[in-house]
Amino acid sequence: MDIELTAEQEAARGQFRDFVERRLMPYADEYDRQEEMPAGLIGEVAELGYLGGLVPEQYGGVGMDSITWGLLCEEIGRGSASLLSLFTVQGMVIQSILKWGNEDQRQDWLPRLATGEIIGGFALTEPNVGSNASSVETRATLIDGHWRLHGQKRWISFGQVSNLFVVFAQSEGKSVALLVERDCQGFSTKPITGMLGFRSAMLADIFLDGCKVPQAHLLGRAGFGFSHVGGAALDQGRYSIAWGCLGLAQGALDASLAYSGQRRQFGKPLKEHQLIQELLADMITQIQAARMLCYRAASLKQRGEPSLIMETSIAKYFASRMAAKVSADAVQIHGANGCSDQYPVQRYLRDAKIMEIIEGSNQMQQIIIAKHGYQEHAVKQQRLAQSKDDGGEA
Amino acid sequence: MNFEEIAVKSHEFVSQYLNGAEVGREVDLFATGMVNSLFAMQLVLFVEREFGFAVDNEDLDYDNFRSINAIADFAGRKLGLGATA
Repeated sequence: MDIELTAEQEAARGQFRDFVERRLMPYADEYDRQEEMPAGLIGEVAELGYLGGLVPEQYGGVGMDSITWGLLCEEIGRGSASLLSLFTVQGMVIQSILKWGNEDQRQDWLPRLATGEIIGGFALTEPNVGSNASSVETRATLIDGHWRLHGQKRWISFGQVSNLFVVFAQSEGKSVALLVERDCQGFSTKPITGMLGFRSAMLADIFLDGCKVPQAHLLGRAGFGFSHVGGAALDQGRYSIAWGCLGLAQGALDASLAYSGQRRQFGKPLKEHQLIQELLADMITQIQAARMLCYRAASLKQRGEPSLIMETSIAKYFASRMAAKVSADAVQIHGANGCSDQYPVQRYLRDAKIMEIIEGSNQMQQIIIAKHGYQEHAVKQQRLAQSKDDGGEA
Repeated sequence: MNFEEIAVKSHEFVSQYLNGAEVGREVDLFATGMVNSLFAMQLVLFVEREFGFAVDNEDLDYDNFRSINAIADFAGRKLGLGATA
């Protein structure tokens, strides 16, 4: 696997890093305390072409390749997991429309998602439905050329400000995915505060009270909402999260390397204590391992290989676990200081926990990864038996 | 590529997900319980990569993915192979 970056990818990464260093790192803790992401910053990442980076050039975007998008998510994740979640859902909405929208829908929505005129929201989870996402209780009924939506969605990232949502519902036993605009009749939101992590991700409850949506806003076809539209979007989401976890962990490591060089105990810097070195060595190694999985997923994604779905799941699972461990160790290295909101590592730890839950909890990832293991094992056994049979016949 | 070659490749791909169980070409894949969002997306990617066309919005029809022969028929139509077995 070739993980050499092209000159363009290197240059893009340099720009992303510069932006994150200047415009995000110094302020992310304050945004976290305020539980808000400034509209000006969202406008800035939109104007730079970052937010809509996945929109192809033909629809007005910059058409980032998989690795460039991954590098962007890594850098944004290093600065703020909350802002990363904006990129994650924007990418999921773009992917939903790009893959399963019709041409009219692509022409209508993608240019505005590219510029950030539209902020996307992904409305799948409900008060009673989390991991069992194919069983959503929101109902969609087609009446006189319009869908009528009744239900509630919960934990919707940037639901406070998004103006176009992909909403999943059941319609006569069939799963549907609908594009719902914020200003549609019967639509309202309520901010969610007091979360453990992702505090500036502007989460919201969404209420669909007879929400009236044009029939033409159906994505894909009835019956394929969760399996295909949701499947494509969640795969994109897991991809962004995996890279974001890499950045989060890198941020926690960078903070720990800096702190352990400055902080002195027992007459010498922390970095000269071998038990601190042990923690740092494991952090570095785990981050590198996650980076390899992310690059592997990127390579498969770029080539459109079917195995990218499973490899992305593996990357998300490993990277989020790694981020949780690395950020916990970063707090440990910082001691009581690390538990204070005067240092960013406590935010990394709180955000890392959320990473283990979103876009398919890690338990759901474990189930599908283990199932995949059995499938691969069975195929190997079959091939082995076949080769023995062929040898016997010869 | 002809219908038979498409069907053989599709059979090989689908079989990976059945823990070694043999699946006939006319078996209703939805009835096997193997079709979830993960498999659905892998199948779309397989068809696109293996046979070289994009599965579009209007292709989302259970009859295009119901069985191995249905997948081969669908791919054959998209590739302009005409009538199949």
